[in-house]
Amino acid sequence: MLTYLINGLSLGSVYAIIALGYTMVYGIAKMLNFAHGDVIMVGGYVAFCSTSYLGLGPIPSTLFAVVVCTVLGIVVERLAYKPLRNATSLAVLITAIGVSYFLQNAALLIWSSNPKSFPNLVGSIPNIVIGELVIPSTAIVTVIANLLIMLTLTMFTGRTKMGKAMRAVSEDKGAAQLMGINVNRTISVTFAIGSGLAAIAGVLLCSAYPTLMPTTGSMPGIKAFTAAVFGGIGSIPGAMLGGILLGVIEIFAKAYISTQLSDAIVFAVLIVVLLVKPTGLLGKKVSEKV
Amino acid sequence: MATMLKVNDLKVHYGSIQAIKGISFEVNEGEIVTMIGANGAGKSTTMNTVAGLLKPTEGSIEFLGKSLIGIAPHKVVNEGLSLCPEGRRIFQHLTVLENLEMGAYTRTKEEADETLQKVYNLFPRLKERYKQIAGTLSGGEQQMLAMGRALMSRPRLMMLDEPSMGLAPILVDQIFDIIVNMNKAGTTILLVEQNAQMALSVADRAYVLETGNIVNSGSGKDLLSDDSVRRAYLGG
Ligand SMILES: Nc1ncnc2c1ncn2[C@@H]1O[C@H](COP(=O)(O)OP(=O)(O)O)[C@@H](O)[C@H]1O
Ligand SMILES: [Mg+2]
Repeated sequence: MLTYLINGLSLGSVYAIIALGYTMVYGIAKMLNFAHGDVIMVGGYVAFCSTSYLGLGPIPSTLFAVVVCTVLGIVVERLAYKPLRNATSLAVLITAIGVSYFLQNAALLIWSSNPKSFPNLVGSIPNIVIGELVIPSTAIVTVIANLLIMLTLTMFTGRTKMGKAMRAVSEDKGAAQLMGINVNRTISVTFAIGSGLAAIAGVLLCSAYPTLMPTTGSMPGIKAFTAAVFGGIGSIPGAMLGGILLGVIEIFAKAYISTQLSDAIVFAVLIVVLLVKPTGLLGKKVSEKV
Repeated sequence: MATMLKVNDLKVHYGSIQAIKGISFEVNEGEIVTMIGANGAGKSTTMNTVAGLLKPTEGSIEFLGKSLIGIAPHKVVNEGLSLCPEGRRIFQHLTVLENLEMGAYTRTKEEADETLQKVYNLFPRLKERYKQIAGTLSGGEQQMLAMGRALMSRPRLMMLDEPSMGLAPILVDQIFDIIVNMNKAGTTILLVEQNAQMALSVADRAYVLETGNIVNSGSGKDLLSDDSVRRAYLGG
């Protein structure tokens, strides 16, 4: 029982970190970046290569993955999404799906379809054993990383000038421009942060589930997107709550109901929540202009 | 009086629809200039174009001798021109203080702190409520916040788009008093209004806009007693 809860929290924390990327990009650029999941995969591969081929340690590898994904996020936004700033949301959505396929196929070309066995980058830290209960170090690191990220982002959006500007842009781009805020730069920064977080999520995810393939990011990406909607898309605490709940529900469903049905159950919960509260658990009401 | 804003033969389209059909007007340093006109005349389009949010198809906009054409909207405020937009458009989920901080986005912390005190003096209500989420303010307070926020960039010229919209008469009086005070304190004002009576009575000069054309202009007093203006905008 407790073991399941710990696994659930750990998986949920990974979803939460990914969901933060979805939710921030949605909040500011008002688009669903369906390629976000594939950035996780790229982060995983970069970390894999830096440990396996370059012999870097866990922390430098992770940092390297973060840097590569941050740059990737900025480049993708600049090349694929920025030209569509005034296009219909359908065009943007289709482009995002295109970017997703592009990243997967690029990974296929570079790293082939053979699964790579990912080294557990947090394995050097000992597990915690309390009587019968073993808390894997991966779970501890994941949960702590999630809390730190959450704390940092909350401080960032609440206290810094750039963070406040992001919130302003997410509400009203035109008014933000009137203040002198450079909206394009704000969107770039958002993509950078989201993609950097995706890299961290990639390392943590692959440390817990060590099979790395070009499609590795898809399912967690979709689940995290679900988590973001579940918690209330656009809301940072919502992404956190949605992610953790989703992870816990998924693990419990797998343990007590059925492994095959667990995903169906997760999505069923989502549908029920959205029926009751269409804006998600912590979603803001769409404010009306007076 | 030095010319501050000079707009010449301005034309603006929304797709194939022409909203502004070649208008010219100017604002001199220290003035209150108002542009009146019915709903849909093109007042907001004009303001938004000057602020850089819309691109004109033709014409020139010069501010303090410098052309504003092609300058990114977020850079226009650096030139000393600030727009308090129609419908207020305050950041509803941010606090009052955060909204004001955003107004001073292009300013240093020291400049922002100094201006904040001035804005608080002009709007004591905002000081009392600095921690409140802006969306929960009353309509009048939201208008004050929008004006305070626009002042935070220390504009030489402040453009106000229908500040009295949707406010009770007593609040309208208050808002106009504040506009006059801001002007006395050294800010030049370009005021767009449907409330022609109020606008003309505080304005040094005025323009009348009708379906994208300027059809009349003169001093505020003259237009207040002009027959065609009285018929069209002052109810007799
Ligand atoms: N975003 C838009 N797209 C198309 N037409 C618009 C848009 N905004 C305004 N218009 C049209 O331009 C004209 C001028 O509008 P506007 O500048 O808002 O007038 P005012 O502020 O004087 O009420 C109107 O005919 C209006 O319908
Ligand atoms: Mg208008």
